[in-house]
Amino acid sequence: MSLTDLTIAQAGAKLAAKQISAVELTAAHNAAVAALNPRLNAFITTTPELALEQAKAADAMIAAGKAGPLTGIPLAIKDLFCTEGVRTTAASKILEPFIPPYESTVTAQLKAAGAVCLGKANLDEFAMGSSNITSGYGPVENPWKRYGSDAKLVPGGSSGGSAAAVAARMALGATGTDTGGSIRQPASFTGLAGIKPTYGRCSRYGIIAFASSLDQAGPMARTVEDCAIMLGAMSGFDARDSTSAERLVPDFRAATARSVKGLRIGIPAEYRVDGMSAEIAALWEKGVAWLREQGAEIVDISLPHTKYGLPVYYIVAPAEASSNLARYDGVRFGKRVDGEDLIDMYERTRAAGFGAEVKRRIMIGTYVLSHGYYDAYYLKAQKIRALMLRDFTLAFDKVDAILTPTAPSAAFGIGEKMDDPVTMYLNDVFTVPASLAGVPAMSVPAGLSAEGLPLGLQVIGKHFDEETVLTVSAAIERAVNFTAKPTLMAGAN
Amino acid sequence: MSLDTATVRRIAKLARIRVDEAEIATLQTELNAILGYVDQLNEVDVTGIEPLSGGAQMAMRLRPDICNDGEMPEKILANAPDRAGEFFAVPKVVE
Repeated sequence: MSLTDLTIAQAGAKLAAKQISAVELTAAHNAAVAALNPRLNAFITTTPELALEQAKAADAMIAAGKAGPLTGIPLAIKDLFCTEGVRTTAASKILEPFIPPYESTVTAQLKAAGAVCLGKANLDEFAMGSSNITSGYGPVENPWKRYGSDAKLVPGGSSGGSAAAVAARMALGATGTDTGGSIRQPASFTGLAGIKPTYGRCSRYGIIAFASSLDQAGPMARTVEDCAIMLGAMSGFDARDSTSAERLVPDFRAATARSVKGLRIGIPAEYRVDGMSAEIAALWEKGVAWLREQGAEIVDISLPHTKYGLPVYYIVAPAEASSNLARYDGVRFGKRVDGEDLIDMYERTRAAGFGAEVKRRIMIGTYVLSHGYYDAYYLKAQKIRALMLRDFTLAFDKVDAILTPTAPSAAFGIGEKMDDPVTMYLNDVFTVPASLAGVPAMSVPAGLSAEGLPLGLQVIGKHFDEETVLTVSAAIERAVNFTAKPTLMAGAN
Repeated sequence: MSLDTATVRRIAKLARIRVDEAEIATLQTELNAILGYVDQLNEVDVTGIEPLSGGAQMAMRLRPDICNDGEMPEKILANAPDRAGEFFAVPKVVE
């Protein structure tokens, strides 16, 4: 098997057994990046020399008997994580140029575990989008194609570069961030597993902020077990993040081997939205059958406020974004466009540096927080957010996990769904509720559409119960036996 | 609720984003589409519901009020578009 087609678990075993070296493994991935990235645009910045240096250090760790499961594993890092000495863009021209003088906690932990950084993965600008089309560094092409078509499809977003890099075998895994579905929807669009852990599980320190009460880091990889391995290294308490949870990190990998026998799986009636495609509905039914066959008990549940998730999100997230993005003022970092005075300099800098979607969200956020509208919009949205959390709390009295589709469709074409902002927002209809409630949720590949594109199912769990989410996701993965591969990938002709 | 062009200009001003006159109409349409979409929240009765401000199910953690970081002006200024000594430099604010 080609080195780029291994899972993290397989590569780790080969490294530990000294059948391959970290330098060989990294060189194979550097070559894949060099061959495929000019077309797919999955990386904004590639770091092949740094990767080889880190691989040499990993080989030394392995030789010294100090290796862990991620030592020598080549990863893509979403370009929202600050990486010391390596350009970080958030896919925005307003941060051009920005070289962080410090490292995010999550990437520091991955480094300490011996992981190798292949480069910084493309994303929607400031993680605002569901298609990777809003990137200031150009769109990412999904390595998957519809049967008999070469049309360029989106990889989803906002972690679209991470998704494309892992699907196309340019990296064994990637970090993502998820504010309203930015790990799960691209995972679904590219045939990957991806988990947004519980809010507070991974430190937000050093992750460029979009909506602070929603942002969470998480892994994307080709198997559930690989995600579990990465999540173990990414998680843990960090005093530098005021919302970091002081909780021990469980053995996530062990959870992927457990049985779902006796687990109660909730099927929320409200996710059967009007206009759900027959294909997505059928996939969901299959998921139910797979879990039932493995001994899970299926329970009908209700999450009554589901339909309000997206409108709540499109008040809360822009409100927080308008505050967080106030820091881009042309003074401390990034771009500056000179003006007649200080205010004019701010306004010209932000007009030139931010893209259209970011400007729209800042303006919506500014409006809903402005005098006279705060109660009607922001406070109201926060109250409905409380009702959504209560929906989940009540449901989890009856069930151990919840099964839903991840996204309402398969990957769409670059340029589609661009008619108005709301059409694009509907991509996140199934992923946003878990973000608002702060509960963990994972997308796992569940099959192919009639056109040959991957489709994912979503497993939602209780706060800090990623283990059950991983157990259920791994059970689906075993039933599906997803072996399909994208058209564009390392090693393919 | 529908925004008029004057409100769009006011929001842009508050957000410190320069908007050309030619962009106002498009922005007005897009922002109104979003606000129209979120208007459905008015259906929900939230009487007696406390707002949920964060994703964390925990009280804010406190730490001792002591300085634990700093003394790194070069690192902090390294990305500044303009500087004067150990300070960020901006266009003249006061005549």
